[in-house]
Parts: sequence; C-alpha cells; structure tokens
Amino acid sequence: MAWFHKHRGLMPYVLLAPGLVFLAVFFLVPLGFLAYQSLESGNIDFGYAFTWSFGNYGTAFTDYRPEFIRSIEYAGIATLLALLLSYPVAYWIAFRGGRWKNLLLLMIVAPFFVTYLIRTLAWETILSDNGTVVRILQHLHLVSPGGHILATGTAVIAGITYNFLPFMALPLYVSLEQVDPRLVEAAQDLYASSWKAFWRVTVPLSLPGVVAGTLLTFIPAAGDFINAQLLGAPQNHMIGNVIQSKFLELTDYPAAAAMSFILMGAIIVAVAAYARAVGTEQLSGTAV
Amino acid sequence: MSSVAVSAQSRANVTAGVWAFVKRHMLTVYSMLFFLYLLLPIGVVIAFSFNEPVGKFNYTWHKFTWDNWHYWNGVPGIQSAVVLSLEIAALASLVATALGTLIALALVRYGFRGRGLTNLLIFLPLSTPEIVMGASLLTLFLNLNFVFGFWTILIAHVMFCISFAVVSVKARLIGFDRHLEEAAMDLGANEWVTFRKVTLPLIAPAILAALLLCFAVSVDDFVVTYFNSGSAVTFPLFVWGAARIGAPPQVNVIGSAIFLFAVSAMLLNVLIQTRRTKGAVTE
Repeated sequence: MAWFHKHRGLMPYVLLAPGLVFLAVFFLVPLGFLAYQSLESGNIDFGYAFTWSFGNYGTAFTDYRPEFIRSIEYAGIATLLALLLSYPVAYWIAFRGGRWKNLLLLMIVAPFFVTYLIRTLAWETILSDNGTVVRILQHLHLVSPGGHILATGTAVIAGITYNFLPFMALPLYVSLEQVDPRLVEAAQDLYASSWKAFWRVTVPLSLPGVVAGTLLTFIPAAGDFINAQLLGAPQNHMIGNVIQSKFLELTDYPAAAAMSFILMGAIIVAVAAYARAVGTEQLSGTAV
Repeated sequence: MSSVAVSAQSRANVTAGVWAFVKRHMLTVYSMLFFLYLLLPIGVVIAFSFNEPVGKFNYTWHKFTWDNWHYWNGVPGIQSAVVLSLEIAALASLVATALGTLIALALVRYGFRGRGLTNLLIFLPLSTPEIVMGASLLTLFLNLNFVFGFWTILIAHVMFCISFAVVSVKARLIGFDRHLEEAAMDLGANEWVTFRKVTLPLIAPAILAALLLCFAVSVDDFVVTYFNSGSAVTFPLFVWGAARIGAPPQVNVIGSAIFLFAVSAMLLNVLIQTRRTKGAVTE
C-alpha cells in the first residue's frame, strides 16, 4: 500500500492490466492467428504452410459471392424492418410509458431471456407448413396453396428481424427518452404541425439511437448462421453457414479464415458507407 | 374571409383532429400488437413444454401433460449439459465481472494515457461478429494445441463477457460521489479500508448488475461455444444437436425455466427500484 502511495500514477494501469491482458491474449492475438491462417495453403492431412497465399481471399470471394451478397442483403433488410417495427413502440414507451416504462422495457428484452436457439425453434413451430400463420396467409392468397414460409428467404429474414429486435428498440428508446418534449411544443407553438414537428425535431434528435440500433442489429445479423440453418433452405445460406462448415466440418481453415476477414471487411465497409450517409458525428456518439 | 378559405380552414382542423386521434390511439394499438408479436414465441415455448408430442417432432399440439416438467432430465445428456452451462456461466461471470470492474474503476476515476486505446479494446469485442471471435479463438487454441473442453469454453466466455461487465459497471459508476471516499480518508482510513468500507458497498449494485448480465450472456451463448467446445456440450449446444433430429419437449422445459427465473429476478429488481423511487418521493 505504501508503494502505491509513492506511485499513484501507476494505479490505473494496475487496475487495467489483468482485464486488458486477458483481452489482448484471447481477443487480439487470436485475430492475428486468424490473419496468419488465412494466408496459409495446404490441407488438414498434409499440414498447412504459411505461403502469403493472398489468393485465398480471391477464391473465397468468387466461390461464395452469392452467400456474401445474401448476408449483407438479409442483414440489411432485417435491420430496416427492425427499425420500422420498433421505432413507434420506442416512441410510445418514451412519451406515453409513464410509470409503466420499466415494465415495458422489461417486455422489450424478454425474448433475450429465452435461449436464442429455442426462440428460433419456436419460430420454426409458428411458421411450420400446417401452422396457423401459413394457413391464414394462404387464405389471404399471400401464400399460394401448398406453398410455405419455412425454408424460404422470408423465414430467414423474419427470424433475424425478431432475434435482434431488442438491440434496435433499446437504443431507440434511450435516445427518444432524452428528447425534451418542450422542444416539440416549441415547434408546435411556431405553427409546425405535429407531423412536421415529429420529422423536424423528434426524428433528428433520435438519430444517435437510430445509428446505434442499426449497428447493433446489422453487425451480428450479417454474421449469423443460426436463422439460415434452422429456418432456411440451403439456397438461403449466408456466409456464416459457409464459415462454420469450412471450419468445423471441412477443416478448410485457410479459406474459412479468409472468409471471416472478408466478412469483417464487408461489415466495416457497410458501416463506413452508412456513417458517410448519416454523418460521422452521430457515429462517434455511439462509441463506448 | 371568403367561404372557400373558411372551409379549407375547417377541413384542416378536421384533418388535424383525425390525425391527433389516429396518432394517440393507433400508436397504442400498434404497440400492443408489437408486444404480442414479441411475446408470441415465448408463449409457444412455454405452451409446448406442456405438450405430449406424437412422434419425435414437438411441432403440433397434441395433449396437455405435466410429464415433461416432472421428468425434465429424462433425455440423455440434457442434465449434464444444463449443469455445464451453469458452471461455466457462474465462473465466467465472476471472473469477467472482477476484471471488468477493475477496468471500469480505472476508466471512471483516473485520467491516464492510453484511455482511448482502452476504450477501443473494450468496444471491439462488442462490435465483432460472434462467428469471427469464435473462429479466431479456435485458430489460437488449435495452433497452441489446447485441449478443447471446459477450459477453452470458460476462456471464451470470460473474453466476451469482460466488455459487457465494463460497460455495465461504468454506466452506474459515472454518478459516483468521490467526496465520500475523500471523507473516509480524511477520517484516517487507508486506501484498502476505504475501498472495502466505502467504495465497494456503493458500487455493489453495479457489480451485481454486471454479474447478472454476464451470466445471462454466457448461459445463452451458442456461436463462440460451438467453435471452442470440443466434445463438451453446453445447453445451447445440446439444443442445436437435438434440433437436427427433433428437439424433445424437455428442451422447452429448460428454456421456460430459464425464462421464468430471469423474468422473476428482473421483476423483483423493477419492483425494488419503483418502491425506492416512490419512497424517495414521499420522503
């Protein structure tokens, strides 16, 4: 203790060291290993050798282009759907929740308390071919007689949307909660219609929540393979399915490693493009 | 004012009135429907935990039974999977919360060089797709010839829980009143006693929240575990395996039990918070 008194400046580093060293060793170093592996060639039987095989990246991308595009497409649609579905509810809780706010928020995160896989299996039950949902949609001629929802892209997108919905709704709520109702009143006093006040005052002020929610939804959605596996058919597989099977079933490590990095790169590009569109100021506001 | 202008004015009023009505009530109705949609799968999970399935697929409702709850461990492998999940979650949340709390303390209470880098290192695991984290840990363990199983799962879970713990503790530390610590020191307490008698009790709720969050995240994790488990089977891995051949209703039982337990814990928390704010108001 006396030693700490003399070296007070060291205290923060002493506190940081155990956790940061752990993260460095088991998060950063593994990424390095993955990068190294992605440039190897060979196979599991004869061993892998490091050969600067940048070709792995080209082959991975050309061989699995549909899966890459599908990942970005499904994740993008699901993120947009989640935004449209949960914005009104986040607004309702923030402005009309009153003393029920905490309870309503608990209901928003309730799906997280059911194991992810079990939630997804429940959708398999709900959307199954002889289930009520399919029958109603067939009755409304939205699904052809004898048609189905399971094993289609629709089911995969629906599953992703549902599974990541709380990631979208919570940040939206947090930012809407901080909107000062007096600003909206001021806009209305200045003869803005409620609709205009909503679009010109509330929506811009809630943008940080939109950005945070979009990122929190899109990033895990793009790497997901559980929804495609359980709710989709092989032609709905996303890049996560390919990475998973290459790593764990085909033991084609270099290709799988290269694909993981392409996925990360694609996500970074998508996020950067998005950041350009909405402005980086909002994006930096989301940093922890 | 001409009559045309008046009628336009009144039409605008009517439109505004209708709009106000629609906005007020549609939003409420929509929100109710939204919650119905959000809770529907949970209802299905719980309902089918009481189903007596025909054949091996628990997809269509057949008959109500208590048997699945009574014989919750009646499927080979399910009990050991649940136990392993609970063990890993307990250990991982303890270790991650300890490490995370220290980091949060450093971030909130000290100015130091490398703060930005620290924030980045905390933020990165939260924004990396799980599959990339799982895959990279797999390559590390493969290259270092680790034996896959309990320890590799535990390391993986601690790794992705640390950031959650830091964020959770940090959020509650920001309003922390440092004068209380200074007062203790002025009264002759040394740093360790101050920490134990003043700081720790004050941040205890934050630590508890972090523990619960880490526990929940760990118990639910599938992707990272799938890559690093070897032949060990946690509960989500058991569900994955069972799903391929038709998941038994016992899976729904465990899922419902976890859900009911977590929700009661959260409800208790909400209740205590509500009562506390109420008490503060009446005082």
